[in-house]
Amino acid sequence: MSKSEDRWSDHAVEQIIGRLLQLGVLIAAGVVLFGAILLLAKHGGTSAAYSQFSGEPKELRTVAGIVRAAAGMNPAAIVQFGLVLLIATPIARVGFTLVAFVLQRDRTYVAVTTLVMILLLFGLIFGRGAA
Amino acid sequence: MTILTLAILVGIGSFAAGLLGSLTGLGGGIIVVPMLMYVFHVDFRYAVGASLVSIIATSSGAAAAYVREGYTNVRVGILLEVGTTAGALVGGALTGIIQPSILKILFGLLLVYTIYRSRQPRAEHEILSAPDKWAERFRLDSTYPTPEGWQHYSVRNVPGGFALMFFAGILSALLGIGSGIIKVLAMDQLMRLPFKVSTTTSNFMIGVTAAAGAGVLLHLGYIDPTLAFPVMLGVLAGALLGARLLTRANVSWLRTLFTMVLVVSAVRMLYDGIRSVL
Repeated sequence: MSKSEDRWSDHAVEQIIGRLLQLGVLIAAGVVLFGAILLLAKHGGTSAAYSQFSGEPKELRTVAGIVRAAAGMNPAAIVQFGLVLLIATPIARVGFTLVAFVLQRDRTYVAVTTLVMILLLFGLIFGRGAA
Repeated sequence: MTILTLAILVGIGSFAAGLLGSLTGLGGGIIVVPMLMYVFHVDFRYAVGASLVSIIATSSGAAAAYVREGYTNVRVGILLEVGTTAGALVGGALTGIIQPSILKILFGLLLVYTIYRSRQPRAEHEILSAPDKWAERFRLDSTYPTPEGWQHYSVRNVPGGFALMFFAGILSALLGIGSGIIKVLAMDQLMRLPFKVSTTTSNFMIGVTAAAGAGVLLHLGYIDPTLAFPVMLGVLAGALLGARLLTRANVSWLRTLFTMVLVVSAVRMLYDGIRSVL
């Protein structure tokens, strides 16, 4: 076994995946908490209404819209941005696994992981199911 | 109720759900949706959206530890994720089409199944078997740590497991849950992985399945930041504390308490769903 294969052994990859997941959740939770504090400071006294479904406003439904509104320091959009980071964490994990399989020259799993990645990005970007 | 009051109460409830879910090993998601609906009168769709994002946090947190200890079968997880993510996209597309009353009945039935499974004693089965075509093709056989050292195990019935995973993905996006119980059923019962490998690999996959579903629900406007933040932070904090207490807590009475919550939720969901269908 060559040195580069050794470095990308299954065990080493598992260690990195573990750290990556923890880091992603930590960052996402931090952003959500920051947005939540701003949101409560600004709108904490407003009455809450969730018994009727009306759907979120357009700008809080797409990744681009959320990033734009969060950059403008809209508290709800900052929370939503944190939630998008959370959704991105498992996607980043899949991306890292893909890189590891490429380095291991494992063709079968490069194909399998690419398929998972496409399905995930399809959901997040186009927001459509099997249509 | 003001947003502040709601956030505090939902946060406390979600904390309890995350704590119980992690201590009993049944996951918190399955009680978050009924809690939001019946304690806080939240619409089913908002409840599903908030629950599904919070599941990503807890499963990723727990998965990190198991992956590093070597229990998780990463190859099995990734292969079956093709099934769960495709299922979650289909489930996301179906949420707008299927009547909420039908979804409540489905949720109720899944709760009943969860109660049944949690009462079953778990038996370890034979973990070595004749070579399987698919398991060889995808190099799924592996080893896991036991008190006697690393133990080899083999994998069977890959197509059957894959099909059940597709179904688990659909349920995940439709009901805002991790459907860990179905994933464990597929790996433990059909594919014959050791129980500990099944539960940890299920956990590993839940984050990816939920992320696929959450992406679709985000576009449908089901994920409300004001409702989702206390759920996510509460469930995460509860699950983290649960993981720390796990070795010390007396799980048997917690299990009974959790089962009671599940029974009440199941009755409510089924009654609600059936009443609006009739």
